[in-house]
Amino acid sequence: MSQQFGNITWVNGPVIRARGSRDVSMLEQVEVGDERLVGEIIGLNGDSITIQVYEETTGMRPGAPVFGTGLPLSVELGPGLLRSIYDGIQRPLPIIERETGSFIDRGVHMNPLDRIEHWSYNPILKEGEQVKGGEILGTVQETENFEHRIMVPPNVSGTLTWVAPAKKYTIDEVIARVKTERGERELTMIQRWPVRRLRPYKARLGQNIPLITGQRVLDMLFPVSKGGTAAIPGAFGAGKTVTQHSIAKWADADIVVYIGCGERGNEMTEVLQEFPHLIDPRNGRPLMERTVLIANTSNMPVAAREASIYTGITIAEYFRDMGYHVALMADSTSRWAEALREVSGRLEEMPAEEGYPAYLAARLAEFYERAGYVETLNGKQGSISVIGAVSPPGGDFSEPVTQHTKRYIRCFWALDKSLASARHFPSINWLESYSEYTEDVAGWWREKVGQDWLKMRNHAVELLSEESRLSQIVKLVGPDALPDEQRLVLETSRIIREGFLQQNAMDNIDAYSDIHKQIAMMNLMLHFHERAERIIKRGANIGTIHALPIVNVLIRMKEQIPNNELEKLDDIRKTLDEQMDQLEAEYR
Amino acid sequence: MNQSTNQLTDWGIQEVSGVGRVEGPIVVVERAGNVGYDEVVEVIDSQGRMRRGRVLEVGEKMAVVEVFSGTSGLTIDGTHIRFLGQSLHIPVAEEMLGRIFDGTGNPIDGGPQPLASTFADINGQPINPTSRVYPRDYIQTGISAIDGMNTLVMGQKLPLFSGAGLPHDQLAAQIVRQATLGSPAGESPKQAQQFAIVFAAMGVKHDVAEYFRNAFAESGALTRVAMFLNLADDPPVERLVTPRAALTLAEYLAFDRQMHVLVVLTDMTNYCEALRQISNVRGEVPSRKGYPGYLYSDLASLYERTGRVKTSEGSITQIPILTMPSDDITHPVPDLTGYITEGQIVLGRNLNHQNIYPPISVLPSLSRLMKDGIGAGHTRGDHSHLSAQLYAAYAHMQDVRSLASVIGEEELGAVDQQFLKFGRAFEREFVGQSPTENRTIEQTLDLGWKLLSMLPKEELTRVSPDEIKRYYKEPHDTN
Ligand SMILES: Nc1ncnc2c1ncn2[C@@H]1O[C@H](COP(=O)(O)OP(=O)(O)OP(=O)(O)O)[C@@H](O)[C@H]1O
Ligand SMILES: [Mg+2]
Repeated sequence: MSQQFGNITWVNGPVIRARGSRDVSMLEQVEVGDERLVGEIIGLNGDSITIQVYEETTGMRPGAPVFGTGLPLSVELGPGLLRSIYDGIQRPLPIIERETGSFIDRGVHMNPLDRIEHWSYNPILKEGEQVKGGEILGTVQETENFEHRIMVPPNVSGTLTWVAPAKKYTIDEVIARVKTERGERELTMIQRWPVRRLRPYKARLGQNIPLITGQRVLDMLFPVSKGGTAAIPGAFGAGKTVTQHSIAKWADADIVVYIGCGERGNEMTEVLQEFPHLIDPRNGRPLMERTVLIANTSNMPVAAREASIYTGITIAEYFRDMGYHVALMADSTSRWAEALREVSGRLEEMPAEEGYPAYLAARLAEFYERAGYVETLNGKQGSISVIGAVSPPGGDFSEPVTQHTKRYIRCFWALDKSLASARHFPSINWLESYSEYTEDVAGWWREKVGQDWLKMRNHAVELLSEESRLSQIVKLVGPDALPDEQRLVLETSRIIREGFLQQNAMDNIDAYSDIHKQIAMMNLMLHFHERAERIIKRGANIGTIHALPIVNVLIRMKEQIPNNELEKLDDIRKTLDEQMDQLEAEYR
Repeated sequence: MNQSTNQLTDWGIQEVSGVGRVEGPIVVVERAGNVGYDEVVEVIDSQGRMRRGRVLEVGEKMAVVEVFSGTSGLTIDGTHIRFLGQSLHIPVAEEMLGRIFDGTGNPIDGGPQPLASTFADINGQPINPTSRVYPRDYIQTGISAIDGMNTLVMGQKLPLFSGAGLPHDQLAAQIVRQATLGSPAGESPKQAQQFAIVFAAMGVKHDVAEYFRNAFAESGALTRVAMFLNLADDPPVERLVTPRAALTLAEYLAFDRQMHVLVVLTDMTNYCEALRQISNVRGEVPSRKGYPGYLYSDLASLYERTGRVKTSEGSITQIPILTMPSDDITHPVPDLTGYITEGQIVLGRNLNHQNIYPPISVLPSLSRLMKDGIGAGHTRGDHSHLSAQLYAAYAHMQDVRSLASVIGEEELGAVDQQFLKFGRAFEREFVGQSPTENRTIEQTLDLGWKLLSMLPKEELTRVSPDEIKRYYKEPHDTN
C-alpha cells in the first residue's frame, strides 16, 4: 500500500528530514526507515520534507527509505472502540503487550479495531432509500447498554442499492452499497477519519443542560454544561488527576474519552484496573463499558503525545455524531503544549513566549472549539464536553498555556496549592474559580429538581466571600474582635467548606453525590445559618452555637448518608430544628 | 583538514579521522556517512586515549557527538571517531551487587569486569501501561512522618526535596537501612524482605559517596548494593549516563531476576544542570531558567522506570534526592520532578533549625500511592482518617501560630491554645525521632492518637465517632 518517496537526510530526535518526491502532501501519514516507524509530514520545502516520527528514532540513519501512505494521519472508528486502551496514535496497547511483552517496542503495526469479532448488525435503512452523510444505516449492540449506531460516512451520499440483512458481521464486511455521483461505494462498519479535521455536524445548539459530575463544588458552584469547556489548572499534587478521574467515573455522560497525555503510567493502570469493577450508578453496568482510554504516558514518544489529543477528540466526535453525550478529559494539555514546543524547537522555529511556538494559541483554540452541543447530521442531539487539565510551571497561572487556555474555555476550576497542603480536596479555590454557564443551567435545575438552585448557590458564594474578607481581619486581630453575627458567618462557612466543598474521592459514600443529596445538604447548611442568625440576634453567643452537636453532624453527613438513603437527611433537619428550638427558647 | 572514512566491519562500525568543530562537550564530525541517531562512539585523541560519547544529531555528512568525559585535549585533525553502530549498552548481572562502578558503568573498585550474558540498552523502553501492576504494598521505613503521613509503597517513585545543608543523605540512608515490606499493625512482620539497592551519585562530593558507602557497610547491606559514582570532579556530561546505567541494572534485577530493588539517585539537580549545559552549547531555545523545553520528558524517561509489571514478582522503588536551589520549590528541577513523581517528601529548614530530625515538612509532602497501600489489611483501618485528621489539625495549628505571632499567645482562645500545644508536640514527638529509631506502624499510629487526644473531641471532624471511641484517650486516662 505504501510507496517509497524519498530518503532520510537528517535526524534529530523525533524530527527528521528527507529528500524525495514533490508529490507527497502536508500532514500525510508516512513510514520511516526499514522498521517502518509511523510519522507525519509537518513541513514541505522544495524537495525537502520534514517529518515528525511517533516512535523512538534511535539508530535511524541518513539514506534510509521513507514511504508514503497517501492518507492523512487518521483513526479507525467502529464497533470495538469501547473498553479499548490506545497509545497516542491509536495502537491498541493490550495487543502490543501480547506481541512485545511488558515493554513497548517500536515498529509494531496493529489494527486499532478487532477484525475477527462478529457483531450482530441490524439494518434500519432500506434498499432504494436516499442517504446523506451521517445518516444511521443500522445498529450494533456493542455492550449491554450501548447501541453503536453505524452511520454513512460524512462525505458519502446517494442511493442505497443494497443493504445487508440482519446478521453477524466483522467490521470489514460490506453492509451496504451506495450509488454516489462518483460511482458505487461499498460501506462497512468501519470509518477512517483524519484526526486533525473536525467531523461535520448540522448546527451548534445552545448549552443549558449541566454535565452532572457528582462533585459538589462543581455541580453546585461552578457547573459545566453538556457541550461546555472547562480547564483545571493547578500545581503538582493539587488534585487535577483525581478530579478528572472522579468526573470520568461519575459524570452523567453516555461516553467517556480519557486522554492520559504525557502523565504517569500508574495513573492509567489505576483506571484500567478500577473501571471494570466500578458500577455506573445509572445503569448498573461496569464503567469501563462506556470508556475509551488513550494513554501516551510521559516516557512514551513525544510526537505521539502531540497526536493523542486529536486521536481522542476525533473518537469523541464520532460518538457525538451518533447522538450521544460525550465527556472528554485531557490530562494534561500542558504536556501536549510542551510536545508542540519540543518539535518546534527541533525545527528551529522562532519561539514566542517561553519557547512555545507562536501558533500555540491557535492550536488550543482549535482543540477547544471541537467541544459543543450540536444537532448532528442525522438530526439527533449530541455533545462533547471538554475538560482539560493544565500544569503551570511553579503553579503560576500567568504562564502562556494557562493564559491562552483561559481565552477558549468558559469554566475555570482553579486548584489551590495551599488548600491541597491542608488536605482540603478537591482544592478548587472558590474565590478564583468561575463558570460562565451558571445562569444558563439554572433553568434545568428548577425544572428537574424543583429548587431555586441559583439562589442557593449565590447565597453560599456570598457567605464564602464574606468569610474570606473577615478572615483577613481575624489574621490581624483574632476572632474575638468580631461581633458574633460575623463569627457566625465564619462558622457556617466552615461547615460549608468542610462539610460540603470538601469531598473525599477515596470514600465509598462521599466519592459521588447525587444531585438531590447535594441540594438537600446545601439546604440544611443554609437553614442552619438562618436559624442560628436569628438566635444570635436574640443574644446567644457564638460559643453556644459552635457547641451544638448538630454542627459535627452537618460536617459528617456527606460520608454518613448514602445517595439512596436521603430520607435520613430529613431526620437531621428535625434534629437541627429541635436543637435550635431549644436554644431559641432560652433567649425568648 | 584531513578526514577519512573507513568502514571496518559489516556491523556498521566505522571510523572517521579528524573532526570539523569542537565546542564545549560537543564535537561535530563532518564526513561521517551512515551514522545512526543516538549511536555510541569512541573518541580517540592523538595520544591514543579513548573516551566515549553519543550521537545527538545526524545529517547526510555530519554528526553531532556529545563526549561524556569532555573534549579537553582533542584536536581537529588528530582525533579519531569510531561509530559503534548501536546505542549505548551496559552489561547487567546479579554479581554487580556488591560492586562499585564509575558513572558509565565501568568497575572502579579494583575488581574484574562483571561477567554478564546480558547487555542492555541504557535508555530502556517504556513500560506498557497495560502491563503494570498498580503498587499496593507499603514499605515500613520506621519513620513516623513517612509511614504515618506519607506512606511509601513498593513500586513508587518518591523523591526527597531538600536544600543545601539539610540532612537528606542521613534520611535516605536511614530509609534504606530500615525499609522492610510492611505488614498490618500488630502482626509480626512478613518474612524479612531484603531489598537490593542501586545507588547512583551524580556530581556529589566524595564524602557524600563515602557517607553512603559507610552507611551501607555498617548495616551489613554492602553485598546488596551496586554503586554508580559520578562525583563532583568527574565529567558533567557523564552524569547524563549515570542514572540510566543504574536504572538499567535495576530493571534487570527487578524484572528479570524478580528482586525488590530500591534505587537512590542523588543529586538530580546536578543531573539537570549537565543537561542544561549541553542544551546551551547546542544553542537550543530554553524554557525556564535556561533549562531545555524537554527537561520534563527527559526526567520522565528516568522516573517512569519504576514500578511493578505483571510478568515479574520484583519491583523498583525510586528515591531520587534533589537540592532545591535557594530552597525554591517552584524551581524547574523540583517543579518538574513533582509533576512526574508520585509525591514528594519535603525537608524544611525551620524544623532543622529547631534540631528536629528528620526535618520533614508534612504539609507540602505527599505520597500519592498511600491511599491504596494503607487501611485494614495493609496498615490499620483507621490510618486514612487518622492521617487526614493530623493533617487538618496541623494545618489549622499553622494559622493559629501565625495569629499568635500577631496578637500574642495569651490572647488566643482556650481551644486555639490547645492546638498550639498539639502542634509543638507533633513536631517534636511525631516528626522528630532519632536517626536510629525504627518505629513499627503500630507505634506510629498510636502516637498519632496520643497527640490527637490533646485536642477536644469535638474538633476532630475527620475521624469517625467509632474511631474516637476506640482510640481517643480521654484526658483522665492519659495521665
Ligand atoms: N478529591 C480528593 N479526595 C481525596 N484526596 C485527593 C482528592 N484530590 C486530590 N487528592 C490527593 O491529592 C493527591 C494529588 O492529586 P492528583 O494526583 O490529582 O494531583 P495532580 O494535580 O494531578 O498532580 P500532577 O500535576 O503532579 O499530576 C492525590 O494522590 C490524593 O492524595
Ligand atoms: Mg496529575
